[in-house]
Amino acid sequence: MAIEFEAPKPIVQMQTVLKTVAEEMMRSKSRYFDEHEHEIPWDYIEFMHTAMKSMGVGALVPREEKKAEDPNKPKRPPIGYQLLASQIEMLAWGDVGMYLITPGGGLGAAAVQAAGSPEQQAKFLARFIEDKPTFAAMCMTEAGAGSDTSAIRARAVLDEKTHEWVLNGEKIFVTAGDKSLTEYKQLGRGFIVVWASIDPSAGRAGMRAFVVESGTPGVRVVKLEHKLGIRVSDTASISMVDAHIPFENILGSPTVEKTTTGFKGAMATFDATRPLVAISGLGVARAALEFLKGKLKENGIEIRYGLPRQKLTNIEREVIDMDIMLKSAWLMVMKAVWMADNKKPNALESSMSKVKAGDVTTRITQKVVEILGPLGYSREFLAEKWFRDAKITDIYEGTGQINRLVVARQILGYSGSELR
Amino acid sequence: MYSFEPTEEQHMLVDTVGKYASHDLRTISREAEESRELPKKLIGKGWELGLLQASIPESFGGFGERSAVTGVLAVEELAFGDLAGALAVMTPSLFALPVLLSGSEDQKKEYLPKIIEGDWQPYTAAFIENAFDFDANDLRTTAVLDGGEYVLNGEKACVPFAKEAEAILIYARCDGRTQGFIVPRSAAGLSVGDERERLMGLNALPLYRVKLENVKIPAAHRLGGAAGHAFEPVLASMRLASASAALGVARAAFEYSRDYAREREAFGVKIAQKQAVAFMLAEMRTEIEAMRLLVWQAAWKLDQEKEDAFNEAYLASTGAADMVMMVTDRAVQILGGHGYIREHPVEMWLRNGRGFAMLTGLAMI
Ligand SMILES: Cc1cc2nc3c(=O)[nH]c(=O)nc-3n(C[C@H](O)[C@H](O)[C@H](O)COP(=O)(O)OP(=O)(O)OC[C@H]3O[C@@H](n4cnc5c(N)ncnc54)[C@H](O)[C@@H]3O)c2cc1C
Repeated sequence: MAIEFEAPKPIVQMQTVLKTVAEEMMRSKSRYFDEHEHEIPWDYIEFMHTAMKSMGVGALVPREEKKAEDPNKPKRPPIGYQLLASQIEMLAWGDVGMYLITPGGGLGAAAVQAAGSPEQQAKFLARFIEDKPTFAAMCMTEAGAGSDTSAIRARAVLDEKTHEWVLNGEKIFVTAGDKSLTEYKQLGRGFIVVWASIDPSAGRAGMRAFVVESGTPGVRVVKLEHKLGIRVSDTASISMVDAHIPFENILGSPTVEKTTTGFKGAMATFDATRPLVAISGLGVARAALEFLKGKLKENGIEIRYGLPRQKLTNIEREVIDMDIMLKSAWLMVMKAVWMADNKKPNALESSMSKVKAGDVTTRITQKVVEILGPLGYSREFLAEKWFRDAKITDIYEGTGQINRLVVARQILGYSGSELR
Repeated sequence: MYSFEPTEEQHMLVDTVGKYASHDLRTISREAEESRELPKKLIGKGWELGLLQASIPESFGGFGERSAVTGVLAVEELAFGDLAGALAVMTPSLFALPVLLSGSEDQKKEYLPKIIEGDWQPYTAAFIENAFDFDANDLRTTAVLDGGEYVLNGEKACVPFAKEAEAILIYARCDGRTQGFIVPRSAAGLSVGDERERLMGLNALPLYRVKLENVKIPAAHRLGGAAGHAFEPVLASMRLASASAALGVARAAFEYSRDYAREREAFGVKIAQKQAVAFMLAEMRTEIEAMRLLVWQAAWKLDQEKEDAFNEAYLASTGAADMVMMVTDRAVQILGGHGYIREHPVEMWLRNGRGFAMLTGLAMI
């Protein structure tokens, strides 16, 4: 091993392809779908599904490493998560809201990937390469349980007679929840991954994730939110009333060991997905910064890199500082996913990358609107939309504060009760 | 491929340098700052780590090859111990590395073996000038070709070990470019101030003003020979050295305040259990990591001769200077009133931290 920053060939090739998609299928529709909330960009969804299927992947999940056919060939290091992060960055650069409704598993599949058994993975992930685009979603948040996931009220009770789990509760803010559950004729059968307690007295140790398939009686979408940004991405409330699901749809152990945390599965998911959410923000930030640079150039302003601060104009200082923020945040994500690819524990790096990306994404997009003045604020351009889209980066998948807590606990060696 | 794992050898080097930094340098850090004196033995021991020697090929008396990546790893470790000590140990590279990177064959043959084969010797460089808008690419010191000689005029600031130097590499503006000139300490017209510089920090490092009044040197003393040299690689190396030293100082301040916060109690809990403190620490750690990766990437690009390497080095040093200011300031804040007292090192690191925005040129990798 050695320190190295050469983008792997598959990543470079993929980026070239996706850039065209981002420009033609996403950017060009950004404004329309921002102004027509709850309309569905079927063209994009179908195009992405066909494209991914033709490449043999049905979803934006880390690519499985092929077993080396020739054992004598030197094994290439795995880059599944790095490739995925780079894909997400490019799609989010196109339009982060549309990226969020790219068919495939999303956070739901990520949970199955991280916490499911090989059989469960085979069963639930295969659908994404079938004929129709298919969605999955992750349902953790409830009205009374956002950051504090230990407050989750949703219940799963084992029905001894039918050997099924019975779910009750209501989840909110489910990204792609509508596309995962509602039976659109254009879509294949999706699922949601629901976090519920199998033993409320056990607190977090009693929390489990369940795969709930679309069409399950008692499960339905009860609301679609209207939002500040990422409007093309549906954010659903889902209610579950006596919903029966098969016993084997539980991810992880069906019994509660009081000593260990049943929550480990969720946390493992977050270690894997936080850098991915981070980089989706960075794609937006890059779009905004590039747009700003383009406008400055049009106006004859050149950024004189290399000068001491004392000689720079304020605009130059701002742009240079934004370059530093964006590049360093990107590197933090790449390190976190590189660790994931190499099976190194990355809870610290993963959360640090989210802290940093949450900060720089909001700061950059806010600055860009500021510097562009009336052009920034106008809906004639996308800068103001990116500003609105960007803000979510510091909120979902653990707010900036929650990720700071995770980082602080790691560096201080504190448990959740020592630093709450 | 992306990879964030140093090589075996780099790990070993970082280990060795780290031991010297935390045992030797850190131990004398405060006393050296107060007495304005670094023990010569200590500098000698640091020199024997062989950081510079390992950057010079065998043909010139060294035993390796220059690697910017290895350089930034080593400098972070050194500076973690003590910044003044680290800079003193590395002073000869201010002269040797530009000769290696940009010197003519003759210059390499003449100076490199002489510098690296023996003990630590005061070869140094004069780069900084005393102006608020000091600009590496627009120096006030000038070099003009007159007959077969260059005539140098101007005043340099913060030149390490100038008083006892054997020779000084002096940077001056020459036909609109920044160029290096090898000037013997004894050259007529070169005078070193009697008083050492008095700065807010770095008091242990002997820094001097150097005046040049019609200093005449043979044309062959221009770095790189008659045609001169590209200055960017030299500047990038200075910037990355400074940026990685900033990482070391920041890490020192972060670790010290983290450990303090875990011990100190207020309102019945450790102060680290208060989010206001814990979040500061989390952000300090995050920013250090962010800038470290930017520094690593720039160093890698420099080694690979990537087109944007110089610009990346600029961005890394700009970012690292902001980062070290933020981190050292918070370290003092976390120690509260105790942080303000000279018994703890954090106030010294805060003073050193401020220096990074203006002290590029005191180290090279
Ligand atoms: C568009 C959108 C999409 C989403 N998608 C999904 C999804 O797909 N699946 C899903 O499960 N959830 C999803 N969420 C939910 C999201 O993860 C939560 O909103 C988020 O975790 C915060 O929870 P909350 O909104 O209840 O805020 P709260 O937890 O009430 O937090 C309010 C404020 O208090 C702060 N705070 C809370 N606890 C602490 C603490 N211990 N220390 C310091 N500060 C604290 C928070 O940082 C925040 O600033 C989505 C949300 C949105 C808006």
